[in-house]
Amino acid sequence: MKEILRAAFVIARRDFTAIIYSKAFIFFLLGPFFPVLVGIAAGSLGGQIAREAAQPVVGLAMTQSDSRKMTEARETLSANMGENYFTKIKIVGDAAQDKGKNPKDYLKKKEDNLSVVVTGTLAKPVVTGTKASVKRESAGIELLAAHALNPGAVKLTEAEADIVAETANSDKQLRTVTAQGGQILVFFLTMLLAGMVLSNLVEEKSNKIIEILAASIPMESVFLGKLFAMLGMALLGILVWTTIGGIGMQVTQGLPNFPTPAVGWPVFITLCFTYFIMAYLMLGALFLGIGAMAATVREVQTISMPVTMAQLINFFFASYALTKTGQPVEQFAAIFPFSSPFAMIGRAALEPTLWHHGVAIVGQLFFAILLLRLGVWLFKRNVMKSGNAGRIKDGGKRKLFGLIAVGG
Amino acid sequence: MYAIEAHGLVKQFDGFRAVDGVDLKVPVGSIYGILGPNGAGKTTMLRTLLGIIDPDAGVRTLLGSDRPITQSRNVGYLPEERGLYQSMRAVDTIAFMGALRGLSLKEGKEKGRALLEEAGLGYAADRQIRQLSKGMAQTVQLMGTIVHDPKLIVLDEPFSGLDALNQAKLEHMIRAQSKKGVTIIFSTHVIAHAERLCERIAIIARGKISFDGLVSEARDRLRPQVHLETETLDGAWRAALPADTRAEGHWWHFTLPETGVEPLLTALVEGKAGIKSLSIERPGLHDAFVAIAGESVAAEMDEPVAGETL
Repeated sequence: MKEILRAAFVIARRDFTAIIYSKAFIFFLLGPFFPVLVGIAAGSLGGQIAREAAQPVVGLAMTQSDSRKMTEARETLSANMGENYFTKIKIVGDAAQDKGKNPKDYLKKKEDNLSVVVTGTLAKPVVTGTKASVKRESAGIELLAAHALNPGAVKLTEAEADIVAETANSDKQLRTVTAQGGQILVFFLTMLLAGMVLSNLVEEKSNKIIEILAASIPMESVFLGKLFAMLGMALLGILVWTTIGGIGMQVTQGLPNFPTPAVGWPVFITLCFTYFIMAYLMLGALFLGIGAMAATVREVQTISMPVTMAQLINFFFASYALTKTGQPVEQFAAIFPFSSPFAMIGRAALEPTLWHHGVAIVGQLFFAILLLRLGVWLFKRNVMKSGNAGRIKDGGKRKLFGLIAVGG
Repeated sequence: MYAIEAHGLVKQFDGFRAVDGVDLKVPVGSIYGILGPNGAGKTTMLRTLLGIIDPDAGVRTLLGSDRPITQSRNVGYLPEERGLYQSMRAVDTIAFMGALRGLSLKEGKEKGRALLEEAGLGYAADRQIRQLSKGMAQTVQLMGTIVHDPKLIVLDEPFSGLDALNQAKLEHMIRAQSKKGVTIIFSTHVIAHAERLCERIAIIARGKISFDGLVSEARDRLRPQVHLETETLDGAWRAALPADTRAEGHWWHFTLPETGVEPLLTALVEGKAGIKSLSIERPGLHDAFVAIAGESVAAEMDEPVAGETL
């Protein structure tokens, strides 16, 4: 075991150094910022579009006096209820001058962009518009008309605010947000890194260095070393990202306000970190097994696509299980090795029990070791064929992943 | 005492027996050649002996251990398919390969520099592998194979891809390591290399070993050839010529009889044959190889053409 770890360290050190001194590592570090930048750009663009898009307006075609009172009522009530509570209003006509004018004609004027038009009197306003628009605007118009008719009639009582972080009623629902946040973060990181481990091993095979490694040290060390190197790189990445993210949040004062998880923040973060390592080790070991069997990058892409999709389904399954705490589906998600880290992050956010996590981590570690051994076994079984070995009987055909005869 | 022993070794891929019941003994301190054409099973056999792949049947011990990987620190291996990290410096490559075999990086670098200096490549120690010529890169890999002072060096087709100068350097290195008591085993499909370097050889074809022993023993499988030139063409002396004699004008070619050349000489002199020339030619390893492995296998060997340097 000592020798396996020593040799794994040699591999990890080489891979880690090679990665962080490569230009590609800069792109790795910048990688997560691209979605953020895209998100900001998209949000900004969306906001711009939303601002520029014509907002619905309630048109007033009452008498000048009634229209003015309605406008004043909106200003008064908006002070208490918020600017966005009432739809914007615009005086589009004068009942005294527009006698006999069909209210529908006001709605046809495109530049006004009216959703409804109000005619009639304060005592009996008439709202003209589509069914949905009328339904949406009527209550607001009635409130404004009531206030306009008798400004003292509608008086809001000011309540004293006593803010708490959470309530029993909303805890679970809010904590689900925390759980989902943790799951998404861990999933994203895991997929990113496991794919890189796979590429790394395939590159090693195409470099033909793998044979030197296989002759010098146990294959377990090669696999472990590669996993550790990527993990080290991930930790470095996380350090950089969190530092930059932290600075960004300080600058923008945009610290997200996630509800406190059931196990508390320090334990939750520790568990998220541990489950990230476990999820990464399992998926990385699986991908290494695939990489060990695949002879070309094309083969790797062929097989890694379905595995990635399967992992995505697995993630959605764990997310779905969040809403079914204690039910068989959630228990299965917590036990099934590949979904277990994500399901357990959910549990950490929703339930304070800790011993479940100890059992889950041991189980996940055991499964990761099992996968690693399986990968080594497959490697020794299917790889390192030289010359014509294994080809003559199949008429010179090569076997994809040692299973399906392909090519000539 | 054997550095490598194998009994009934079998390795098959998808039903094809790449190694088929191999028995092998490589004495400690010897230079041992494995001769066979491409696809004979040399590489698979070496990989199985080194523990890179596990045999399907049979047993093998490497430096006394049936778990070859545990002897990793005492073994140096140069695979047939050369591979190095292209962005790594030459000296770091040697140190890395040493570190895989248990050497500290510091010691590996020191020894790497010394080895490169010795090989006249000291100036390239800090260059990346991608900046080196193919021959230089192969030399670096060879340095990485011996940097940790192994007891056993395994070289798979070490001469392939090397120019004449580097082939000579490699031969020199093999002899130098052998003088230090290191056991060297290498595979080749060029008989001349084995003939010049090896004390012992194994001949392998289609996964089976057809000969394992001293080079001299392989040669001794064939009787020496006698080439005789006489002044006369006929006489009583002709009765003394062996049954397999082939005549070419005044020349007579035949296999040296079991009784030796003396009785024949007596008959030639007494019969007044007039001996103009007589030579006894010991068979070369190539002839022995043809005799042992057969014409068809020998035809598959890529012997160097005339004028090609070795």
